[in-house]
Amino acid sequence: MLTVDQLRIEMGDFSLTGDLKIAPGARVAVLGPSGAGKSTLLAAIAGFQPLNAGRILWNDTAMPNDPAARPISMVFQDNNLFPHLTVAQNVGLGLRPNLRLSTDDHAYVAQALTRVGLEGMGDRKPAQLSGGQIARVALARVLLRDRPVLLLDEPFGALGPALKSEMLELVRTLLDETGATLLMVSHDPQDARVLCDQVVLVADGQALAPVATEEMFANPPEVMREYLGG
Amino acid sequence: MAVRRLEINKCTVPGLLALGVVLALTLGTLAAVALRAEPGQGLLPRDWAAIRFTLWQAALSAGLSILFAIPVARALARRSFPGRSVLITLLGAPFILPVIVAILGLIAVFGRTGLISQVLGLFGIEPISVYGYHGVILAHVFFNLPLATRLILQGWLAIPSERFRLAASLGMAPSDIARTLERPMLREVVPGAFLVIFLICLTSFAVALALGGGPKATTVELAIYEAFRFDFDLIRASLLALVQFGLGAALALIALRVAMPSDMGAGLDRAVTRWDDRPALLVQDIVAITLATLFLLLPLGMVVLDGLPRLLHLPQVVFGAALRSVIVALISALLTLALSLPIAALAVRHNSRVVEALGYLTIAASPLVIGTGLFIITFPFVKPSDLALPITAVVNAALSLPFTLRALVPALAAVERDYGKLADGLGMTGWTRLRHLWLPRLRRPMGFALGLAAALSMGDLGVITLFADGDNATLPLQLFRLMAAYRMEDAAAAALLLLSLSLLLFWIFDKGGRVNADR
Amino acid sequence: MKTALSFVAGLALTTTAALAADKPVLQVYAPDYFGSEWGPGPGIEKGFEAQCNCDLQFITGDVLPRLLLEGERTEADLVIGLNTDVTARARASGLFAPHGQKTDDLTMPIEWTDEVFLPFNYGYTAFIYDNTKMDNPPKTFDELLDMPDDIKIVVQDPRSSISGLALMLWVKSIYGDKALDAWAKLAPKILTVTKGWSESYGMFTDGEADMVLSYTTSPAYHIIAEEDMTKSAAIFDEGHYFMVELAGKIAGTDQPELADQFMDYILSEEFQSMIPTSNWSYPAKLDDSKLPEKFSLLGVPGKAIFYSETEAEALRKPALDEWLSVDWK
Repeated sequence: MLTVDQLRIEMGDFSLTGDLKIAPGARVAVLGPSGAGKSTLLAAIAGFQPLNAGRILWNDTAMPNDPAARPISMVFQDNNLFPHLTVAQNVGLGLRPNLRLSTDDHAYVAQALTRVGLEGMGDRKPAQLSGGQIARVALARVLLRDRPVLLLDEPFGALGPALKSEMLELVRTLLDETGATLLMVSHDPQDARVLCDQVVLVADGQALAPVATEEMFANPPEVMREYLGG
Repeated sequence: MAVRRLEINKCTVPGLLALGVVLALTLGTLAAVALRAEPGQGLLPRDWAAIRFTLWQAALSAGLSILFAIPVARALARRSFPGRSVLITLLGAPFILPVIVAILGLIAVFGRTGLISQVLGLFGIEPISVYGYHGVILAHVFFNLPLATRLILQGWLAIPSERFRLAASLGMAPSDIARTLERPMLREVVPGAFLVIFLICLTSFAVALALGGGPKATTVELAIYEAFRFDFDLIRASLLALVQFGLGAALALIALRVAMPSDMGAGLDRAVTRWDDRPALLVQDIVAITLATLFLLLPLGMVVLDGLPRLLHLPQVVFGAALRSVIVALISALLTLALSLPIAALAVRHNSRVVEALGYLTIAASPLVIGTGLFIITFPFVKPSDLALPITAVVNAALSLPFTLRALVPALAAVERDYGKLADGLGMTGWTRLRHLWLPRLRRPMGFALGLAAALSMGDLGVITLFADGDNATLPLQLFRLMAAYRMEDAAAAALLLLSLSLLLFWIFDKGGRVNADR
Repeated sequence: MKTALSFVAGLALTTTAALAADKPVLQVYAPDYFGSEWGPGPGIEKGFEAQCNCDLQFITGDVLPRLLLEGERTEADLVIGLNTDVTARARASGLFAPHGQKTDDLTMPIEWTDEVFLPFNYGYTAFIYDNTKMDNPPKTFDELLDMPDDIKIVVQDPRSSISGLALMLWVKSIYGDKALDAWAKLAPKILTVTKGWSESYGMFTDGEADMVLSYTTSPAYHIIAEEDMTKSAAIFDEGHYFMVELAGKIAGTDQPELADQFMDYILSEEFQSMIPTSNWSYPAKLDDSKLPEKFSLLGVPGKAIFYSETEAEALRKPALDEWLSVDWK
């Protein structure tokens, strides 16, 4: 269970509050108008955003300060790969942050790459990859990190429609295998319908408790209607 | 800020240590000199004249350097031609030139019997004189025009090319572009560049003496020299050094309020595509680039010409000294990095301009006071001559620090901005972060910083006069010895050797930072 | 890491002392030119070590400031290369012991009775010119001052250079209260004032200046080493400022006998014969007949102008104030 407990964040004019629980294995879309604080919510859960008040709990235990020590894997909008490292090294970081990879580790890295459809591409540098391939590498690393929570901060925003649905499909497969909990920021409500069973709406400085996706679209609240351009 | 604390601790200790070294070398040595002093005469009326002259010449030198740099930078920004990147590298040469070599070259061009006077003589025109205030300014512009051009060129290249495209689609004339795009950029870049060059000119000494024409061109640094050598008045020397720091600190306070030039090590390889070209602009740019090239490269060419005849006949000891200088320069460059990386990390992590400003202290420090202070501190424990070369390396490293920090801090800030969260999320900390993130991502600025530090160290006579042991002379010292022994032609050859090695060191490091660097 | 690195550098680059650990070491503080391959240092070191069974080390740099900073803790056994313009301060430090040498048979143009500082060579300040370009060199200081202002002269700064200081005192000795007027006439002819002698002389040999402040013996280098006869010293009737270089023994030396032996060596013919062609000046104790033959080609001042250290010390500061108050262009 992921718990956002009495969260409050203030940065100048911007503020965000939230108090919500996400069930294990849930697949949650985080929706809302731009600038509402979707990414801030994810950053807070991941440990990158200092809190003015409140706590983030995992299974009723406060999360450690160090982002790397949290039970979380995160994929960002961009800069998910280090351009100076090879694909295999970028994935290997998920196993060993110091990159001292054993023979077994190398085998795991190769398997993970195969799993995301990048077999034999380990020696390439990110500059030689397409946008979709880069996203796949980031997902391969998520596999190896093997954390119970996956945060996606619009990682497929720049991809074309076909490529994006391919990636969402891949995420779904991975989640089916690992049973991880997903929080995904997206500006496209369709993403939520494709992949997620719940929606967290972030609007007017508030992150609302999750609502079933069906419910949200069948009976959207006022802000959601505005957002959907009703 | 709870989240960041883990990483902060890992950066803080080495960062504070490095800052400690800088403070000890600057304020610590000054304190050592002041404490050792016996009652002296305090500041003399003429010291105030020296302070006035110092400020005045530094302001004028910096102002003119910037003024001339603007058309040159603009020309380089909007023209691409074969050899452009080589030219940009070469134009940077004067900045890393040893003062003595530069003066020889300047006199060979601008002196009474220099190139220009000889050409004028063909038309029966009186020779020009380079000696006097204008000589000092000329030399300072010669040294600093490259830096000013580089900083302003970066400003130009930082204007997104889309904006020029937009300007073109709106049918803007060059004057409109200047008003809407270029002048705002200059307003942002020029104050910082001015301050940096002002600070560099503040501590000038040898230049002012050789070309100043007389004692009116007395700078604070020369007054320190006089107090120390002529009167052995350590109180006055300390006071003057304090004044120099005071001036530096006052400027640093101003600097905290203006945008400082960013990323000195950034790439300058591409030209801005413009759609507003006219023949008049082309002529203007050709003139600017040609004049700058002549002004900066002719003196270098004269140094080469004067030095070539005896280069291969130089006595063996000169090559030994050259080797020694190269080793000192390499160690000094590594030390610079060892000092500036932790300071840069501290400054970036705490987002603190104060930390960075403290790193700049050495720019206002008097090498003579540093040397004397170190001598007072160390001689009770160690034989000074055993320390000659290590101390030279350390002090040269400290003196290069302001420039290397300028290259590293913005670059590191960019790396942390782009990849900091990813690395944090993956748990890349300490050595892992240094090895797998910072070092590979900072290759370019580090190459630039190492090259600059090595080259600056090559040419510096610095502080060794108190520590020298006679047998382990560096190349600049050996050059002076050749001159003192009347061997002016050999000295010219040694100057050429010094020039070549300085440029070579810079080029190798700078290039090394660029080759195969993943963007 | 920083200290470790520099320590390694020190070990790697420093070769002094270690080799001759078993021999007694005589440390002599000297101006930088003693460390030069082309100065008198190497010859003296070889000559003395051949007779002393010791290791003679020249520690070069700013001799007096360093000694004053170190005070009684100095490791120096001897000091060489001081000059009468600074010996008053050196003497006042109380660090020196009598040299113990006989000075009544020196071959200098002035009598020497100082029991602490021992002369080893001397010379005169002079303006050097190119005799192929200047037909009528000045024969007096007055004539120099009266030359047209387009004759350009380079001199050195008295605050940073010993020869610059000598020129200041030279003018003072000839013109006394009128020194300021003399400087006012000289100033328009002065091309520039350099930090040290080397920069000035370099400008002169490059043809940048017509005359340079140097020594009457400077042409000897060109005549002997380069077989170039074009450089001459202008000899003035008023006389030339006499500069003597001195050695002194540190009272607290741990090698008193070696130090005395070195003092003996300084006045030996072997040492003295090295001076003319390594330091390009006159030895303090050597018969004219034993000078290099070509030294006879040099102009010799008719009169040596000499300030004792007391006079020099008293004049130094007021003369500098005066010099700085000259209207330099």
